[in-house]
Amino acid sequence: MKQTVRVTVNGRLYEEEVEPRQLLSYFLRETIGLTGTHIGCIIGECGACTVQVNGTLVKSCLMFAVQANGKEVTTIEGLAEGDALHPVQEAFINNYGFQCGYCTPGMIMAADSLLKKNPNPSEEEIREGLAGNLCMCTGYVQIVAAVKEAAGQVDNG
Amino acid sequence: MIPGAFDYHAPASLEEALSLLSANVDDAKVLAGGQSLLPLMKLRLAKPEVIIDIGGLAELNYIREDGDHIAIGALATYTDLAESELILDRCPLLAQAAVVVGDVQVRNRGTVGGGLAHADPAEDLPAAVLALDAEIKAAGPDGERWIPASEFFITMLTTSLMPEELLTEIRVPARDGYKSSYQKASRQAAGFAIVGVATCLKESADGTCEDIAIGVTGVGDVAYRAEQVEAALRGRKLDDSAIAGAAALVTGGVDPIEDVNATPTYRAHLARVYVERTIQAARAE
Ligand SMILES: Cc1cc2nc3c(=O)[nH]c(=O)nc-3n(C[C@H](O)[C@H](O)[C@H](O)COP(=O)(O)OP(=O)(O)OC[C@H]3O[C@@H](n4cnc5c(N)ncnc54)[C@H](O)[C@@H]3O)c2cc1C
Ligand code: FES
Ligand code: FES
Repeated sequence: MKQTVRVTVNGRLYEEEVEPRQLLSYFLRETIGLTGTHIGCIIGECGACTVQVNGTLVKSCLMFAVQANGKEVTTIEGLAEGDALHPVQEAFINNYGFQCGYCTPGMIMAADSLLKKNPNPSEEEIREGLAGNLCMCTGYVQIVAAVKEAAGQVDNG
Repeated sequence: MIPGAFDYHAPASLEEALSLLSANVDDAKVLAGGQSLLPLMKLRLAKPEVIIDIGGLAELNYIREDGDHIAIGALATYTDLAESELILDRCPLLAQAAVVVGDVQVRNRGTVGGGLAHADPAEDLPAAVLALDAEIKAAGPDGERWIPASEFFITMLTTSLMPEELLTEIRVPARDGYKSSYQKASRQAAGFAIVGVATCLKESADGTCEDIAIGVTGVGDVAYRAEQVEAALRGRKLDDSAIAGAAALVTGGVDPIEDVNATPTYRAHLARVYVERTIQAARAE
């Protein structure tokens, strides 16, 4: 039996009929067409599907869409303001923080979440904060450099 | 990797959750943070026809002082435990175990109730809960009861909760004057414990062990207290040789499991090393 969910995604309210077993990751990509959130492993290990729900970092493949009912979701599409990229996005470009780009949306959401909690993390804290996000390409060095550059520029209010 | 279909209920109160559970006891699964249940459902190892989502029950989401105990609602997350000033102050072992669970995302969603009710032999929290002599509150159709942690974990994925019961709270005695450490061996940065040891101890000014409690996870098919190690150290001076001698008793009476991560021999070795390390780390605190 389908169920109605009302979810605010990147500031816009969506009201959709979904099957309860639909994962939040598929809701975002297929039901409302926001394909910036990637799906890698789909079993909760790679972090490619990472988004923020009510400001908390989560893997959207480990949540049913119905569990997001009444909540606010922020995806990678919600970070830039018009043409002005978010400081973490700018820093990933400046530091070559991605190659194929598959892990990037999840990485950026995790980095943004980390910097909101801890505006000036040490290298160890950055690595720990991104431990749930795997990257096959970069070896992480440029990603850590990007997060260091973005540190202090994320609005944590 | 798509779970089977189910009917979804999001009860508005604990009472409603309990009656839904009693009415559907053969087909229902309770959903808290979903960090264990969703993977199982995707692999179709769990195929519940009814899901009772307790995630929205604010009445189960708290950490508060209750005299000389700390009361923790079933829906407190690992992140809540790791960051709670009250826990860091009065029973830091819980925070020490919670902060090394999985990764940020898993800690943000995974709950105390879900972690304990799931009883995966490689989970971190059971070791700390055992070492702290916590009590676990179960609520069912006939009311509430308290289960000591020592009687809660039966075997792999099996606890003494009845199918129509919910875990609603854990109660942990404050360990003022104690020192503690949780450490685990795991394969990657964000992995389940191959072996995890939770140690909580009190020593006198001259280094005599007044009290010690050691919880061990990952080694056997269920987390346990290393009672032989504790007995060997209580009342003794905590010098290196006493600690090393006692640590060798950690697998006494336990059959270490074998899996892709470690042989029984390696597990026993790790357990001994981690008992020593946690005792030394706690003393150095
Ligand atoms: C990538 C990844 C890495 C992980 N790494 C670790 C790790 O390093 N260490 C570790 O300890 N764990 C780890 N976990 C597992 C995870 O921490 C816990 O198993 C999980 O958080 C359980 O809590 P939950 O709220 O998500 O439970 P759920 O998945 O919602 O439920 C788990 C089980 O408990 C039952 N249940 C839930 N709440 C209650 C309740 N209140 N009363 C009765 N039954 C209930 C459910 O019906 C279900 O059977 C990892 C998980 C993932 C996905
Ligand atoms: S797709 Fe969600 S963690 Fe890999
Ligand atoms: S850039 Fe390719 S996986 Fe990270």
